[in-house]
Amino acid sequence: MKLQRVFTLAKKELKKTIREPAVLFMIFLFPIVFVFAFGASFGGIGGSQTPTYQIGVVNSDLGGSGNISQILLASLTDTKIIQIHTYADNQTAQNDLSQGTIQAIMVIPTDFSQSYASYQTSPSTPSLWTNSTISLYLDKGSLIATQAIPPIIQQNLASITSQSSQIIQTPFQIQTASFVNVKSTPALDFIVPGMFTFASIFLIMMVAQSFTQDRENGMMKRIRITPTTPTEFISSQVVSYTVIALIQATLVFAMTYALGFKPNVGLLTYAFAFIFVLIFSLSNVGFGLITATISKSASAATGLSFLFVLPQLFLGTFVGASLSAGAQVAGKFVPSYYVTNALTSLFLRGAAVSGPAVLLDLAIVSMSCVAILAVGIVLYAKYYKI
Amino acid sequence: MQKENYKMSQQAIAIENLTKRFEGKTAVDNLNLQVGKGELFGLLGPNGAGKTTIINILCGLIKPTSGNAEIYGYDVQKEMEKIKELLGVCVQETAIYPYLTGKENIELIGNLHCMNKKLLKERSNMLLTKMGLEDDAKRLATKYSGGMKRRLSLTLALIHNPQVVFLDEPTVSMDPQSRHAVWDFIKEQKTQGKTIILTTHYMEEAEELCDRVGIIDNGKLIALGSPKELIAERQVKNLEELFIKLTGRNIREEA
Repeated sequence: MKLQRVFTLAKKELKKTIREPAVLFMIFLFPIVFVFAFGASFGGIGGSQTPTYQIGVVNSDLGGSGNISQILLASLTDTKIIQIHTYADNQTAQNDLSQGTIQAIMVIPTDFSQSYASYQTSPSTPSLWTNSTISLYLDKGSLIATQAIPPIIQQNLASITSQSSQIIQTPFQIQTASFVNVKSTPALDFIVPGMFTFASIFLIMMVAQSFTQDRENGMMKRIRITPTTPTEFISSQVVSYTVIALIQATLVFAMTYALGFKPNVGLLTYAFAFIFVLIFSLSNVGFGLITATISKSASAATGLSFLFVLPQLFLGTFVGASLSAGAQVAGKFVPSYYVTNALTSLFLRGAAVSGPAVLLDLAIVSMSCVAILAVGIVLYAKYYKI
Repeated sequence: MQKENYKMSQQAIAIENLTKRFEGKTAVDNLNLQVGKGELFGLLGPNGAGKTTIINILCGLIKPTSGNAEIYGYDVQKEMEKIKELLGVCVQETAIYPYLTGKENIELIGNLHCMNKKLLKERSNMLLTKMGLEDDAKRLATKYSGGMKRRLSLTLALIHNPQVVFLDEPTVSMDPQSRHAVWDFIKEQKTQGKTIILTTHYMEEAEELCDRVGIIDNGKLIALGSPKELIAERQVKNLEELFIKLTGRNIREEA
């Protein structure tokens, strides 16, 4: 393999991308403009089905006076929309939150039952109450969790004190917290991981168009007549689209940073996030090759690329979280789901790069990338030659 | 040893019993043809006659159904890597990158042939000048006229100084001035000892340039010889009359 040929072709592809207005728009501007507009208007949560929220509970309540913490937990379970997972310590619960296994942690304080007893004794004299605070740690990667869980708990606290949910004067306070310092709007926080994935998905269309255009205008034929080998050609595509994906991810990050998304994570986490995006971009090169194989022309490639773009877009980016439970299960069959999930864990759930959920996502994304790229290369080589 | 002897011989291209079928249609039918080194050979025929298929087989782009073809003694099915170093092709499509400049297109192909920078620059400047593109070398090719694009395409085929050149309708969509400039350029390439296979629908072009022509129809070689010989033998005024006489007046469609 001669590197001169690889870099010559990669350079050509980059120049083509930068100079062709339609390509430049589709790869760099469209995802940013679309996501920005989408983010600005994204306000709804949930779907038509009743969701179930997984809440971890660290119950430190010392008990007494009817063990009111157990009554609260039973009340939450009765709602059918809360599933309680009991933890012996806060650390284990935090680990599961960072991996996305649960969506919130509720820490019930030692004096919770005592506080309830003081309220029962003098329900109309707040000065005699022993106040207690329930700490609620939320998955900031989930817009649903941040918006839906606190009111549910508040409502159930009110109900065990036999008050309507509108009466908020009780000795109980809920203190919400997250492990990640995110100061921007909730909608933006929520969609940022999906934005990285979203931008990369459009590489499918670009690769498909690039290959079919080269075929149509005879350039593929001309290149095949030179001593360039298929390995050199494919390597050049991998190099050029990796660079494009890197530029894309940098631009998306810069834009989100400017808009206020400043996750409190280290450089290693950023580097890892970029690795996810780069691997994902290669699987999109594979999808692009498959699209180019089944497309007779560049215009057909544009249309057919949506076969791969739309499922990944709707099931695997920020859009997917607002779909039905069934659609979210279907999302597990597209690579973008795992990339978005991993980026959510890294940026919003405070997961470590070595966390099992992140590593599992990395393994799935890497394996699917190799498989998709291999299928793309084999199909294209078989039916069109490189 | 046999290959060395072949290289010493005067044949640049040897085609033996070559056949190519596409889904029941025979595009090339048991073709036998030899082209000598340094010869300018015209491959003529109506649309869909099989000319481009023959060139595609010789370039290793498609495999023949049966038969053999060799270029400078190298088998097109087994030794394409060697042949690619000898080969320059001006394909039928314009085949340039519109969002690269003329110079960048040339450098791209030169680098794919791993030419050294100095030689690439020298040949690039020389060819751009001969093709009348020197003033537009730094413009994006998308802004070139149709004729300029064809001249750039011809330049790409010759940048690495190949020994065997296939020119598939190189003067299509050129004005008479450009066409004559290209003719002069092709003649000059022949004087440098290059073997040139030219396909064209312009019979006066074949008559002007070619040492010999072969007329193909329905994949078969139906006439072979120098233009003068063929015109004299068939007692026609020119090559175009001969062409019509042999292939008829029916309009042909592209395969």
